[in-house]
Amino acid sequence: MSEQIKVKMRGENVCVHYGEKQALFDVNLDIGTNQVTSLIGPSGCGKSTFLRCLNRMNDTIDICRVTGDLTLDGQNIYDRAIDVVELRARVGMVFQKPNPFPKSIYENVAYGPRIHGLTRDKTEMDEVVENSLKRAGIWEEVKDRLDQPGTGLSGGQQQRLCIARAIATKPEVLLMDEPCSALDPIATAIIEELIDELRENFTIAIVTHSMQQAARVSQKTAFFHLGKLIEEGDTEEIFTNPQNKKTQDYITGRIG
Amino acid sequence: MSDASMTTQHALQGQAAERRRRARHAADTRLRLYGIGAITLAIGLLGILIFTIILGGHTAFTQTHVRVQFPLTAESYNAEEPARSNWRGVIDDAMAEIFPDAVEGGNLRTRTQILTNNTQFFVRDAVLAGDYEVGDTVTLEVPASDPYDQLNKGVIKRDTPEENRRLDNDEVAAFDSLVENGQVSRPFNWGLFFNADSRFPEIAGLSGAIVGSFYALMVCFLISFPVGIMAATYLEEFAPKNRLTDLIEVNINNLAAVPSIVFGLLGLAVFLQIFGLPRSAPLVGGMVLSLMTLPTIIIATRAALKAVPPSIREAALGVGASKHQVITHHVLPLALPGILTGTIIGLAQALGETAPLLLIGMNAFITSPPGGIFDASTALPTQIYIWADSPERGFVARTSAGILVLLGFLITMNAIAIFLRQRLERRW
Ligand SMILES: Nc1ncnc2c1ncn2[C@@H]1O[C@H](COP(=O)(O)OP(=O)(O)OP(=O)(O)O)[C@@H](O)[C@H]1O
Ligand SMILES: [Mg+2]
Repeated sequence: MSEQIKVKMRGENVCVHYGEKQALFDVNLDIGTNQVTSLIGPSGCGKSTFLRCLNRMNDTIDICRVTGDLTLDGQNIYDRAIDVVELRARVGMVFQKPNPFPKSIYENVAYGPRIHGLTRDKTEMDEVVENSLKRAGIWEEVKDRLDQPGTGLSGGQQQRLCIARAIATKPEVLLMDEPCSALDPIATAIIEELIDELRENFTIAIVTHSMQQAARVSQKTAFFHLGKLIEEGDTEEIFTNPQNKKTQDYITGRIG
Repeated sequence: MSDASMTTQHALQGQAAERRRRARHAADTRLRLYGIGAITLAIGLLGILIFTIILGGHTAFTQTHVRVQFPLTAESYNAEEPARSNWRGVIDDAMAEIFPDAVEGGNLRTRTQILTNNTQFFVRDAVLAGDYEVGDTVTLEVPASDPYDQLNKGVIKRDTPEENRRLDNDEVAAFDSLVENGQVSRPFNWGLFFNADSRFPEIAGLSGAIVGSFYALMVCFLISFPVGIMAATYLEEFAPKNRLTDLIEVNINNLAAVPSIVFGLLGLAVFLQIFGLPRSAPLVGGMVLSLMTLPTIIIATRAALKAVPPSIREAALGVGASKHQVITHHVLPLALPGILTGTIIGLAQALGETAPLLLIGMNAFITSPPGGIFDASTALPTQIYIWADSPERGFVARTSAGILVLLGFLITMNAIAIFLRQRLERRW
């Protein structure tokens, strides 16, 4: 990682076990401030698992055990002094499967800002909701039915609603687990634009199965294989000149 | 392998295959018929049960009334202080007018017994409510006493030999003359719902029991609903998985299977004898019932909480909701239909529960509805129990009628539970 980029989040020797089964082996990865880092690799290699370490979402899984050091702005996020609720407000997440609340579209987006007291009144909240929905590229489709349940949207619309929900709380870091898996090319383009735009203020880590997408949106790329971080570096480097044979196989296998 | 596939190909068409297919279809049909048979039997038995109850109880939903004009004579009626009038005298006067020969025959007393024993109170209440003077007459529809009511309903049969009949020929003839005069009617028996218990079946009603059951269920709900939800939420969301919580869990499930009479004994020993709470009170009844409802509510609530998809919890946690926000904003509201359904079913069970209430004395003979949860009272099932134990003919029908009323409440509650489940349940 080049010198001038500040490290936002850092993982050192991260190991994750699900019960007896080890899912991540000694992963060392930095997420640079105001950068997009994409995590790529075959299915089941531990991308989601690593992402979920970054906002301690793995805490919710009983059998999951995380070891190693994970820091946010130099502070260990597994430290006792860290409030996990605050951490998750600072490190937002878009999940692999769209999971809107079974509440109205408006309420879905307004929920985060409300519980964190980010707005003072209704007008401000309306603005936040509209803004978030616009940035997620779904405003035009839902502006006339904000009071209808978010679960009544199509899969792709739900995914964008979840993105709107995640950015409404204005997190410092946004973790996106395959945010475009359910989207058509047009919606994907909107999200990619959004990611590019968000980069100015946020730090983003994105899991994707699309090599093109990784190449388009990210500055850094990390390649995982069977729970190990095989290679990481500038996206261009990884795609044009991978050092590791496995990386090469994966990239070419997918693209070619 | 190739052999096997060859034979299969042949076997699907040959005669042997045809036989096998027929055998398979026959087996399918048999199984279906067994199922239909079992269901028919179950529904049939239930139908017979309900049919016999209706057959026995339907007469109690009407009540024979006699229209009588009560003259207020100077001898019996005290116009200055109406409350001090001789009401029995008023009744005697009225019956003497209807049956003049009875006065000479000296059996006026027998004639007044056509009317319910409480007629004096009906007359008193009617007179005190109005502004009457000596010489006026008061016309009232008075319930006929039980034997005449049964006679009118055909339960006491006229062709029974006189010596085996509750009413002798003379009494039957007297009643028939009333019928001829058009004084006898048989309207819907509102008293069944609005009167309290009485020694006299014709004026005995369920209001005391209904109010008592209502209070007991209210106490039961107020205790078991919050406690049940809290306990279930703790066990489901917070409790660590260890030996102790396993033990608690097993015990809660076992609690649901404890015979209800045991809870009654517990209530007797603890609530009455140690805490000194009043006997026969809906408060204690509700407390005992809540012990039985609690496991039902806890189990239903836990199932409802478990059914909330983890993705919803993750979504809330992901935007930085705290544990209690996740539970109160998302999980509990989503689980609420299931919780309510479980609660109503638990309360319905409690409504029908008899044994524990008998032990804490809710089978007392009480002639007015309880004014609060501390007053002695009966409950619907215990009232049925009391009536079932009473020898008068009128109580036989009333017992069945009481069962029908209880069944009515139970069906209503279960219907509400089903309605809630279907209306409120969200799909995700
Ligand atoms: N809750 C869990 N319990 C047990 N094992 C799990 C759990 N979640 C993930 N795993 C295991 O951890 C490994 C990594 O899973 P992970 O979800 O991180 O993969 P992934 O790279 O995100 O795959 P995909 O691209 O298919 O989403 C897998 O072998 C998976 O079986
Ligand atoms: Mg994944």
